[in-house]
Amino acid sequence: MSITLQHISKQFGAFKALDDINLDIPEGELVALLGPSGCGKTTLLRIIAGLEQADQGDVFLKGDNVTDQPVKNRRIGFVFQHYALFRHMTVFDNIAFGLRVKPRKERPGEAQIKDKVHALLQLVQLDWLHDRFPDQLSGGQRQRIALARALAVEPSVLLLDEPFGALDASVRKDLRLWLRHLHHELNVTSIFVTHDQEEAMEVASQIVVLNHGKIEQKGTPSEIYDQPQSDFVSRFIGQTNVFHIEGDEQHWLKSTGIIVDEPKGTVAHVRPHNIDVEKVTDATNSRVFLKDWQHLGGTIRLELNRDGHNGSGSTIYAEMPNEQFRELALHKGDRVALRIKHAHWFN
Amino acid sequence: MPQSHIMPGFRPALGFTLFYLALIVLIPLSAMLLKTLQLSLDQFWEILTSRRVLTSFRVSFGAALIAAGIAAVLGSVIAWCLVRYPFPGKKIFDALIDLPFALPTAVAGIVLATIYEPKGWIGKWVMDAIGVQIAYKPLGIVFALIFIGLPFVVRTIEPVLQEFDSAMEEAAASLGANRWQAFTNIILPNILPAAITGFALAFARGVGEYGSVIFIAGNMPYVSEVVPLLIITKLEQYDYAGATAIGLIMLLLSFVLLLMINGLQWWMRRRNGQL
Repeated sequence: MSITLQHISKQFGAFKALDDINLDIPEGELVALLGPSGCGKTTLLRIIAGLEQADQGDVFLKGDNVTDQPVKNRRIGFVFQHYALFRHMTVFDNIAFGLRVKPRKERPGEAQIKDKVHALLQLVQLDWLHDRFPDQLSGGQRQRIALARALAVEPSVLLLDEPFGALDASVRKDLRLWLRHLHHELNVTSIFVTHDQEEAMEVASQIVVLNHGKIEQKGTPSEIYDQPQSDFVSRFIGQTNVFHIEGDEQHWLKSTGIIVDEPKGTVAHVRPHNIDVEKVTDATNSRVFLKDWQHLGGTIRLELNRDGHNGSGSTIYAEMPNEQFRELALHKGDRVALRIKHAHWFN
Repeated sequence: MPQSHIMPGFRPALGFTLFYLALIVLIPLSAMLLKTLQLSLDQFWEILTSRRVLTSFRVSFGAALIAAGIAAVLGSVIAWCLVRYPFPGKKIFDALIDLPFALPTAVAGIVLATIYEPKGWIGKWVMDAIGVQIAYKPLGIVFALIFIGLPFVVRTIEPVLQEFDSAMEEAAASLGANRWQAFTNIILPNILPAAITGFALAFARGVGEYGSVIFIAGNMPYVSEVVPLLIITKLEQYDYAGATAIGLIMLLLSFVLLLMINGLQWWMRRRNGQL
C-alpha cells in the first residue's frame, strides 16, 4: 500500500470535518477525493501532506508511519489550488527550489539541477518559459509549472488540491486528459481533490466519495456510477430521478406500469438512460407528456411532466440517443408511456 | 485632446493638482533658491564648508540613516508579530503604533529626554550597567528618530504581510525547505521592497526632524547639533541667506538619496519580475 489512513478524525471547533476515515491506496493509482464543499476532502488531503494535523489516527506513506513527521520530511509533492508559485522567482528557479534547499550532502550540483529542471520543463511542455515570472503566465501554464515544481523532488506521492478549479472550461478539459496521460507515464501514486463528479470520472482510476467527513463509497468510476451504495452517491454522481415508493406515488407508478419490478426498498433512483419512452396515440392511457427537450450532443434529454404536477421536483428526466429520438418523432405536449429498465433501491 | 477616458475631468483635476503643487511646494522652494542667490558663490561655499555646518550634516544624515535602518528591522518584526500572531490586546497595541504620528514631536522629545537622561529611569540604568549615556549625545538623536520613524516602517510592511499568500510558505515546506530557508528565500524577498519604502520614509522624516530631537540631542555644536537646529540658529541671527543656503543643500542631498532608494527599489522589482 502506498498510502494508508487509519482512524483519521479531525474537528474544527464543534464541526466534525473528518470522522474515523480508513483508506488504503495501492501504489500507482490516480485517486479522486470527491465530495461537495465542506465534506472534508481538502482537510484529508492536507492531513496526508502534513500541512494539517489529525486529532486522531495515523498516516502511513509506503508503510512508514509519518503521523508525527512534518511536511518537509514526508517526500510528498503538493500542488496547491492557486498554485502558490514563488512570484519573485523565475519559472526555472521555482522548479529548482526543491533541489536547492536540500541539505548540502544530498544537494545536486548546479549543472545537474539545470538538466533536471529542463527535463521537467520538457515533460510539462513549457521549456520555452523557463525565464518568465509566474505573473506572466496563463492559468494553465502556472498549473503545469506547479506540477513540475512538485515533481522535482521525486515525491513518493503526488497530492493535488482542486487542480482544475481555477481554470477556464476549455483549458480544464485539455489538462484533465493531460494529467491522466502524465500519470500513466510517471506512475506516481496521486490523489486529487475535486467537487466535480465529471472530472473525477474522467481522470481518476479510483474514486473516493466523501460526505460529512465520512467515506460514502470507494471504487472505480464504473463501480461508483453503476453500483452506487448509498442514496447520496447515487444523487451526487450523474443525474438521477428519485421516486418515493410510498402512498399515492406507489399507486401512480404501478397503475401506469412505470415500475415493473417488485419494490426492493422505499426509494427508487433511476438514471435518465434507464427510462424507456414510447409515443402513445390513445391519450387516456397516459398521464405523462413531453414538456421540453434538450440536445446534449450525442443524446437528447427529455423533460417529462405528469398531469397535475408542475413543480420542478416532479419532472422526470429521460435520455436517449439522437436517432431513437428522431424515430419517435415526438413533439412538445405529446403523450408518452414510460418504462423503467433498471433502478437502484434505497431505504 | 480627444476624450480617451471613461471618467471625465482630466483637465480640471490636472489643473487643480498643478495649482496646489505650485502654491504649496514649488513657489516656496523657488523662493528659497532666490534667497540663496543673494549670496555670492564664495560666500555660499564658505558657509557650506564651515566645520560647524559639515558636522551638523554628518550628525543629521548619519543619525537618520542609522535610525531608519534600526527602525526598518524593528518595524518588520513588529509588523510580523501584528499580522501573524493573535494575542490579547492586539488591537490596542496596533493603535499605539500610530501614536508617534499624532503626538506633537516636542512632547515626544521632552518625554524621551526625561527618560533617557543620565538621571532618568532608563538612562540611569543604562549608565550604571554599561556606562553609556544616551540623552544629550548623538545616540539620543538616534533614539528619537527611531521613535519617529518606526510607524512608517510598520505601516508600509503590514499590508504586504497581510496579503502574503501563506500557501507559498506551505509550498516551500512541502518541497523540503526548513523554516529558515522558507523565511530567507520566500518571505524576505517578498517584504523587502516594502521594508525599503518604510526605510526611505523613516529616513526622509528623520533628516528633517526638529521637535523631538532638540530636547534629547544636547545640541552641542560640532557634536550633537542637527541641521534643522543650525538653520533656526542662523535665522535667529537674521542670517536669512545663510539659513536658506543650508536648507537648499539639505533639500538636494535628501532628493538625491531618495532617488537612489527609489532606484534600488525599481531594480529589485525588476529583478523579481514585478515590472
